[in-house]
Amino acid sequence: MEIDPLIFRLSIFILSIFIGYYVVWSVTPSLHTPLMSVTNAISSVIIVGAIIAGLSGNSDSVFNSSSIFGFLAISLAAINIFGGFLVTQRMLAMYKKKKKDKK
Amino acid sequence: MISANLSAISYLVSGVLFILALRGLSSPETSRQGNLFGILGMIIAVTVTFLLIGNFSTGFIYVLIFILVGGSIGAFIAYKIPMTAMPELVAGFHSLVGLAAVFVAISAFLNPEAFNLGVPGNIKLGSLIEMSIGAAVGAITFSGSVIAFLKLQGLMSGSPITFKGQHPLNAIILISIVLLIYLLCSTQSSNLFWILLGVSFLIGFLLIIPIGGADMPVVISMLNSYSGWAAAGIGFTLENSALIITGALVGSSGAILSYIMCKGMNRSFFNVILGGWGATDEVKGSSTKEQRPVKSGNADDAAFLMKNASSVIIVPGYGMAVAQAQHALREMVDTLKKNDIKVSYAIHPVAGRMPGHMNVLLAEANVPYDEVFELEEINNDFANADVAFVIGANDVTNPVAKTDPQSPIFGMPVLDVEKCKSVLFVKRSLSPGYAGIDNDLFYKENTLMLFADAKKMTEDITKNL
Repeated sequence: MEIDPLIFRLSIFILSIFIGYYVVWSVTPSLHTPLMSVTNAISSVIIVGAIIAGLSGNSDSVFNSSSIFGFLAISLAAINIFGGFLVTQRMLAMYKKKKKDKK
Repeated sequence: MISANLSAISYLVSGVLFILALRGLSSPETSRQGNLFGILGMIIAVTVTFLLIGNFSTGFIYVLIFILVGGSIGAFIAYKIPMTAMPELVAGFHSLVGLAAVFVAISAFLNPEAFNLGVPGNIKLGSLIEMSIGAAVGAITFSGSVIAFLKLQGLMSGSPITFKGQHPLNAIILISIVLLIYLLCSTQSSNLFWILLGVSFLIGFLLIIPIGGADMPVVISMLNSYSGWAAAGIGFTLENSALIITGALVGSSGAILSYIMCKGMNRSFFNVILGGWGATDEVKGSSTKEQRPVKSGNADDAAFLMKNASSVIIVPGYGMAVAQAQHALREMVDTLKKNDIKVSYAIHPVAGRMPGHMNVLLAEANVPYDEVFELEEINNDFANADVAFVIGANDVTNPVAKTDPQSPIFGMPVLDVEKCKSVLFVKRSLSPGYAGIDNDLFYKENTLMLFADAKKMTEDITKNL
């Protein structure tokens, strides 16, 4: 008897929820805004699906009804990836510790 | 072209890198490295996808062009956006994730061969279920985030929009979504697929309009969670572990943030979602209103009080963001510190319009993060502090939450500002905060109201110090 591959994906999914649960609880509250922007950026890994969809057309017709949605999704996800990571980087660069040598 | 196994392992690696990216956020020191892990994970995922398809013809060029176009728009926004506008930005980004999920699902539905899911009209049942769930959640995320964005941006009134029969209507729509998914999977009809999308867009819109502006921290966190579940749904369809891992991470992250925000308001998740507050409290607010004496002062009085203090606690709120007063505030604190006055900041979990909003604004104004404290860390210090400087916060300081069981905010954790020797309360007018709850703090013996724009008042105080 063979196990359906779906079960393995489901295992990954469930275990990842638990990992997410513990990892996110350990995030310091002062970084909750960067947490949201970075989760935004990483959830745009959906771009891999968009790329597959975009490249689904053949060489004669790059654009067909299916691949156009792929290309649209690619640009939306790209906005998010670049925007999300960069704005997170910009925010995190602002968090500074007190300068001890000041006094 | 690389083997399917190698690509699966690479996706797993990028999933792990995403976990490390979130893990890095446990402290500001490790967070920047964490972000780099995230970027690396993304690069691996995208590169592997290209190698896996192995199609470097014209289509590939177009993909790069679209990435470049989207990327430059994203980068431009990221550099231009003012920190006070972060809640709007995040809501906007959520809507894009949702829409991208919808588009990928549409594409997979129209051309399942490209994804190895079968042929049109005969898509594998499991894939079709996953696809339609991903598309429905994505559509809800999209329209919900658009409404949240419009409310935060002020393009739409922040007050809750309610009408008769709202909840039954929403319930009917939600049930019909489940029904549609079931019918879609049994008939494979493309008409049903489009109807499902339309209905999902509609419910996302209807779910968010009854929620008031001050509940936005919960809404944004919730939509964050939805965008994760949408990504996970698509991940199952594409059999892609990076997407499944990320979806689960983001989904639970958003859920935890929603929980923290609800706890910060002492309300249940459903109470927020059903748009409770605004409507029920109006009656009470107007009937019990009475004129009570208030002490008001000017910048000179405030400066005098602070100059003679030895410790000051600052309580920022959404009003500080609106007035863009964070830089002026930091300058005031610098002056105080020169006079050897100890200054710290107290932040309530739901201060601002999204989780951690105040912390980012203070960080932007160069306030060191080890001077900024959360509610539990600092609440006992108010009794020993000389002056509490409340700037743009209101409900989160209201002592009524501890004393009056009749009050709608009773039981909500609040900052014990009234225990300070004196309280300076910067506010534009005496009008009660959101939902018409009068703040008892205004009428306390030791409270001095400073009626002015937060930024202007702070600057004036600095001049008088």
